[in-house]
Amino acid sequence: MMKQLFPKQHVMGFIFSMVLSVVALAVITFDMSYKMGMAILLVTAIAQALVQLLLFMHIGESEDKGTLYTNIIYAVFVGVVTILGTLFTMIWGYQIY
Amino acid sequence: MESHEQQFLILNEPMILAAMISIVVGGLSLVIGVTYFKKWGYLWREWITTVDHKKIGVMYILVALVMLFRGGVDALLMRGQTAMPENGLLDAQHYNEIFTTHGVIMILFMAMPFIIGLMNVVTPLQIGARDVAFPRLNSVSFWLFAVGAGLFNISFIIGGSPDAGWSAYFPLASLEFSPTVGNNYYAISLQIAGLGTLATGINFLVTILKMRAPGMTLMKMPMFTWSILITNVIIVFAFPVLTVALALMTMDRQFGTKFFTMQDGGMDMLWANLFWVWGHPEVYIVILPAFGIYSEIISTFARKNLFGYKSMVVSMVAISLLSFLVWAHHFYTMGQGVMVNSFFSITTMLIAVPTGVKIFNWLLTLHKGKITFTTPMLYSLAFIPIFTIGGVTGVMLAMASADYQYHNTMFLVAHFHYVLIPGTVFAVIAGFHFWFPKVFGFRLNEKLGKLAFWFITISFNVAFFPLFILGLNGMTRRMYTYSESTGYGPLNMLSFLGAVGLGIGFIILVYNLYWSIRYSPRDETGDPWDARSLEWATHGPVPFYNFARIPKINELDAFWYAKRNNKSLYDDRPIEKIHMPNNSGMPFLMSGAFFGAGFCLVFSWWIPTIIFTILIFVFMALRSFEKDHGYYVSVEEIERIERELGGEK
Repeated sequence: MMKQLFPKQHVMGFIFSMVLSVVALAVITFDMSYKMGMAILLVTAIAQALVQLLLFMHIGESEDKGTLYTNIIYAVFVGVVTILGTLFTMIWGYQIY
Repeated sequence: MESHEQQFLILNEPMILAAMISIVVGGLSLVIGVTYFKKWGYLWREWITTVDHKKIGVMYILVALVMLFRGGVDALLMRGQTAMPENGLLDAQHYNEIFTTHGVIMILFMAMPFIIGLMNVVTPLQIGARDVAFPRLNSVSFWLFAVGAGLFNISFIIGGSPDAGWSAYFPLASLEFSPTVGNNYYAISLQIAGLGTLATGINFLVTILKMRAPGMTLMKMPMFTWSILITNVIIVFAFPVLTVALALMTMDRQFGTKFFTMQDGGMDMLWANLFWVWGHPEVYIVILPAFGIYSEIISTFARKNLFGYKSMVVSMVAISLLSFLVWAHHFYTMGQGVMVNSFFSITTMLIAVPTGVKIFNWLLTLHKGKITFTTPMLYSLAFIPIFTIGGVTGVMLAMASADYQYHNTMFLVAHFHYVLIPGTVFAVIAGFHFWFPKVFGFRLNEKLGKLAFWFITISFNVAFFPLFILGLNGMTRRMYTYSESTGYGPLNMLSFLGAVGLGIGFIILVYNLYWSIRYSPRDETGDPWDARSLEWATHGPVPFYNFARIPKINELDAFWYAKRNNKSLYDDRPIEKIHMPNNSGMPFLMSGAFFGAGFCLVFSWWIPTIIFTILIFVFMALRSFEKDHGYYVSVEEIERIERELGGEK
C-alpha cells in the first residue's frame, strides 16, 4: 500500500536534480581548469535534461510515438538553430566595420 | 531626467497625476458598485474561480480591450507630441516611457490575450471537446497573465515606467543607463505573464492533439484550429528563450551578474540576439491565428470550401519552422558580417513564399463565391490588400544592404504597423464580431460595426501611410521632437489626424457593444451566420458542457454538410452523464502571490519577496495533495438545460 502511494520516481528525480545542481555549482566554488569546468557542466547538463525528461515528463510512457518523435525532432531543430545560430551571428560571422 | 528617479509615487507629472486620480476614482467606484449590487459572490463563483474555457476566453478579451485603450492612449499621446515641430506636450523622458509601454502593451497585453481569448472560446468548441485538457491550468494561465499585465500597468504611477523601448536593448536597459525600477517592471511582469502563456501553449497543444471529436483526424480540423495548433507549437518552443533572457536581465539588474554588460566578459548584443530569437517567432504567434480567423470568415461568407486546405496547412508548418530562422534581420546593422546578413536576408525573403500562398488561397476562395458583406467579412477583405503592402515593404526591409537605409526609421514603424494592424488587430476584431453571438447569443449591430470598420480602415491608412514617406525622408523612430526645417511637420500632422480617427473608430466599436447588449435581437438558432464548423452546431450561448452529446465527424466542415443533407452529427446514442471539472480559487490566489513577489522584487525588497515566493510554493504543494476528481452532470439535468435552450441540437 505504502509503496503504491509513495511517489518514488518523483522523489528520486528531485534528489537527482538537486545533486546535479550542486555538482554544477562546484565549478565556480572550486578552483579548476577551464576544460575541467566545461566538462563537468556538459555532463551534469545532459544528465539533468535526462532526469527531467524521464522522471518528470515521463517521456518513455507515451503511446503516441509519432507525436513524440515529431516533438523531439522539432525541439532539437529549435535548440540547434538557437545555439548554432547565436554562435553564427554573434561570434563566427561577426565583424566590426 | 532627475525628477523621475528616486521616487516611489510619480506625483510631479500633471498627466500621470490625473491618470492616477482617475484610476483611484474608477477603482473605488467599481468596488462600491460591486458591493452595492451585492455582486462579490457572483464575481467569485462565476468568474474569478471559473475553469470554463469560454469564460476564461471572455476575461482574456475583456483585459485585451482595456489594454487596447491603454495602448491606444499612449499612441495618441505620441502622435499628438509629434504632430507639430518642437511640440511641448511630452518631455523626452515621458515620450520614451510612452513608446516603450505602447509597444509592450500592444504586443504582449493586447494582441496576445485577444488571440488567446478567441482561442479559448473557439478551439474546444471547434474540435467538439467539453473543455481544454487542463482546465485548472488554464485558469492559472489567465490569472498569471492578468497579474503580469497589472504589474506592468501600475509601473507608470508607482516607480516609473520602463523607458528603453519594447525591445529593451542592452546596454541602455542595464542598471547603469536605466537606473529607475522601470526595467525591473519590464523583466518581471513579462516573466510572470510569459509563464502563463507557456502554460497556455502546452494546454492547447494537448487539447488539440488529444481531445478531438471521434472521426476528426488532423486533416479534417477547421483551419482556425490548425492555426492554433501551429501557434502553440511556436509558443512552446519560443517562450522558453524569453524566459531565460528575462531571467538573465533580472539577474544583471538585481544581482550584479554580467551577462549583458560591456566589460568583464559580458556581451550586450546577446540580449538583442536572444530577444529576437523569441521575438520573431512571437510575430508569427500573433499572426498565424489571424490567418486562421480569416480562413474561417472568408470561407463562411463566400459560401465556399476553403481553397487549398492542404497548401494552407503546409504553408503554416513551413512558416512555423522558418520563423525560427530569420531573427537576425532585426539587427542587420549591429556589425555582423556579409555572410550572416546574406543568410538571414534569404531566409526572410523565403518566408514571404508560404505567406503568399495563403494570400492566393484566400483570393481563390473568394473567386466565384456568393459573398455577403458582413462586418467580419469587411475586415477580412480589407486585410488582404493592406497586409500585402505590409508584406511587400517587409521584403524591402529584408534586403540587408537596403536595410542600412531603412533601419530604425519611420519606414520600419509604418511597415510593422501595416503588418500587425491588418494582420492581427483586424483579425481579432473580425473574430470578435464573428464569434460574439456564439458566446452571448446575439449579434453586434451591423450598421455600427460597418461604421467602425470604415473609420478604422480609412484612418489606419491616413495614420500610417505618411510614415513610409517620413521614413524615406529620414525621420528616425523614437524621436520625441524635430525642428521645423526638417519639413516633417505636415505629414506628422496628417498621421495624427489618422490616429484620432482610429480612436473614434474604436470608440464606435465599444459603443456598438453597449448598444447591442441593450437592443440587439436575440438569436435562437445558435448559427446566425449559417457557418461551417462545429462550434455552430451547439446552442448560442453555449451551455457550460458545450455539447450534450459529442458529435461524430467524417469529413471537413461536417456541420455544413450535415445541414445541407439534413443529416445528424449524432447517431442515436442516448445522452450520458457528463464529467466536468470543479471551479477553484487557487489559481487566483496563487497569482496574487506572484503579483506580491513580483512587485517586491521590482523594488528589491528581499524579505517580502521571499515570503511571497514561499507562498507560491505552498499553493503548489496544496495543489499536489488535493484530491479533486470533478463532478458529474446528471442526464436529467442535461435534458432540462437542453429543453430550456429550445431542444437539443
